[in-house]
Amino acid sequence: MTALLQVENLVRHYHLPREHLLARAPVVQALQGVSFALQAGRSLGVVGESGSGKSTLARLVMALESPTAGRVLMAGQDLARLDAAALRRARTDFQMVFQDPFGSLDPRQTVGRIVAEPLAAQGNIAPGIQRDRVAAMLDAVGLRGADASKYPHEFSGGQRQRIAIARALVTTPKLIVADEPVSALDVSVQAQVLNLMQDLQDSLGVTYLFISHDLAVVDLVCDEVLVLYQGRVVEQGSPETLFRAAGHPYTRALMDAVPGLQPGLRSARHRLQPPALPAADEPAAWAAPAAATGCAFAARCPWRQAVCLTTPPPLRPLATGHWAACHIAEQVLAGAPGDTAESPGS
Amino acid sequence: MSAAPLLAVHDLRVTLATPRGPADALRGISFAIERGQTLGLIGESGCGKSITALALMGLLPDSATVAGSLRFDGRELVGLPEHDWCQLRGNRLAMVFQEPMTALNPLHTIGHQIGESLRLHKRLDASAARAEALRLLQRVQLPQAAQRLDAYPHQLSGGQRQRVVIAIALACGPDLLIADEPTTALDVTIQREVLDLIGQLVAEDGMALLLISHDLGVMAESVQQLMVMYGGTVVESGPTDAVFGRLAHPYSQGLFAARPRLGMPRGHRLATIAGRVPDLIDLPTGCGFADRCALVIAACRAAPPPAVEVTPGHAARCIRLDAAQVAAQAATPATP
Repeated sequence: MTALLQVENLVRHYHLPREHLLARAPVVQALQGVSFALQAGRSLGVVGESGSGKSTLARLVMALESPTAGRVLMAGQDLARLDAAALRRARTDFQMVFQDPFGSLDPRQTVGRIVAEPLAAQGNIAPGIQRDRVAAMLDAVGLRGADASKYPHEFSGGQRQRIAIARALVTTPKLIVADEPVSALDVSVQAQVLNLMQDLQDSLGVTYLFISHDLAVVDLVCDEVLVLYQGRVVEQGSPETLFRAAGHPYTRALMDAVPGLQPGLRSARHRLQPPALPAADEPAAWAAPAAATGCAFAARCPWRQAVCLTTPPPLRPLATGHWAACHIAEQVLAGAPGDTAESPGS
Repeated sequence: MSAAPLLAVHDLRVTLATPRGPADALRGISFAIERGQTLGLIGESGCGKSITALALMGLLPDSATVAGSLRFDGRELVGLPEHDWCQLRGNRLAMVFQEPMTALNPLHTIGHQIGESLRLHKRLDASAARAEALRLLQRVQLPQAAQRLDAYPHQLSGGQRQRVVIAIALACGPDLLIADEPTTALDVTIQREVLDLIGQLVAEDGMALLLISHDLGVMAESVQQLMVMYGGTVVESGPTDAVFGRLAHPYSQGLFAARPRLGMPRGHRLATIAGRVPDLIDLPTGCGFADRCALVIAACRAAPPPAVEVTPGHAARCIRLDAAQVAAQAATPATP
C-alpha cells in the first residue's frame, strides 16, 4: 500500500539578504533532509521549537513552496512536477488549517463565501452544489446553516477555528495540514476543537499532519510523532514510546520543560533532571554550520560525549517503530536523568 | 515594615464604555499581596485578567470608570492624577507584557530602552544609565550582554527579547512586578527558563509578583497564591496547593478537566465546558457561570453567589460546593 503522503529527503534552504555587497548571502538551512510516510486515515504529529523547521515542512507539503532538494509525493504524485493546472486540481486533496483564527479569515467576506472559496477555486462547481456543501460542512463542525451569512467578527475564536476547519474540509480532502490549530485558543475552547478534529477523523477518515509545540496535544491526537530539531528529525515513533521512553536528549528536554500540575513538584523534579538546557534561545538554524561536523544538539546536550562533536548521528532504529538520531540513545533510554551527572561539561 | 499589605484591592469595579453600552469588566474583586509574595491570576480570554493588570498600572482607557479601592503601600490609587501615576509606573510598579515583539520599540537599542526609566525616575545620566543597563542585562542572563547593549530588538530571538523586557521592568527595583502572560509567545523550553528567571529575581529582590496566565501548569509551579477569574469576578482563590488539592468551583474543575495531559489515551475525549464566556455587556444577575454549569439551580441565577470558605484561606463563589465536590470525585479517575 502506498502512503497517502510520502516525504523523501526533503531539504529547503532560504537565502537571507546579503549583509554587504561582496559578502555571500547567508543561508538558513530550514530543513536538512526530512523523510517520513503517512498512511491514509492516520495522524502524524510534528513537534519542535520555533526555528526547528515545522512550518517550513507544512509549506512544502502544501506545495506553497518548492523544495531545494527531495520530493513530496501525494498519493504517489510528485507535487513539484505538476503543472499549474494539475496542481490546482490536486489541491482539492490537501488543505490547511492555520494557527491564527483571526488572521486567516477574510473579515470582508461572509462565512459562506469563505468556506466556499476552495470550491469556487475549482471553477466548475454549480453555486447550488457549493451552497449545499457549505451547509453540510458548517453542520459537520457544529455551526448553524444561518451562520453562513455572518461575518468572521461575529464569532468567537473557537468558532472561527471551526470555520477554518470547515473551509479545509469542503473539498473533501484526504489530508489536512494543521499548523498549531489550537495554540491560539483558550483551554476549554481548545478541548472543543480537538474533540471536533478527532470526530471528523472518525466520520470522514481524514488524515492529519498536525504541527504543534504542545506535546500533550500531540500525544492525544497523533498515531506517530516526529521530533524536529534544526531541520532534522531527531526522534520518531508512537507517542506511547516517545513520551514514556524518549531516546533523544532533546525529546527529554522538551518533556521536562512542560509545566506539570503538581504544586511543589517542580523543585523535586529539578533535582532529578539533567542541567537545564544552556542557551536555548540562541538563534537556531543560523548557527547550524558550526554543527555541521557533529550533532546539532551537542552544544545544549547534557549527555554530550566526544563523538557527538565530530560525527553527526544518523537516525537509527531503537525498537520496532522507534527511531532516534543519537549516538548514545540506549544510554538515554536506560538512564534515569540523574545518572548522567558526570557527563555534562558547562 | 508596615502591617498593611503592599497592595490591597477592595471591591474593585471597572466599567468600560463600548459602542454597545457599558461593559462590567471587573465586578468587585478583592485581594491583597504582601511583599515577597507571588499571586497567580488565571482565567480565559475576556474574564478580566488583563483589565485587572491595567487597572493596577493605571493604564485603563480614559473611557473606563473605576470604583472601589486600590491601596498600594498605604496610598489610594483609584482617582490618582496621571502625573502621580507616572511617578509610580515603571518605578515602583512594573509590568512584563505578553508579546516581547511589540513591547519593545524597534527603533531604539535595547540599552537605550532599559536605561529610559533609570534616566526618568532615578535621574541617572546617560553613562550611568548605560552601566546600569549592562548590569541588568547580565542579571537577566542575556548572553554577551556587553555586545548586545547596542543591539536592536530585531537582532534578538523571542526568549532574548523577553529577557530584555524583564530587565526593563526590573530597572528601578519595583515593589510589585506584574507579568501578563510573560511566556505565552515563547517555546516551552524557553518558557521554563523565563519562569525560572522571574522566580529567581522575585526571590532575590523580595518584590511581590502578580503572574497572569491561562496555563494551569505554569501556575501550579510558579505561585504561592492563586485566583481563578471568570466573568469579571474571582470565583476561587486560595493557596496554590490547597486550590489544586481540591478544585472547588465548577469552573475551575472544568478548566482543569479540559486540559490535554501527556499520557492520556489516544482518542480520549476531552471534557469541555458547554456554552461560551458570557458577554460582559449583559452579564447575568446571578452567578456568571450559571448558564454553563451542570449543577445550576434556581438560586444560582437569583443573586451573585457569596464567597464560601472551603478550607481556611481557600474560598469559592459557589453555593453548590458540596454537589461540585461529589461531581468532581465522580468525574476524575485518579490520574497522576
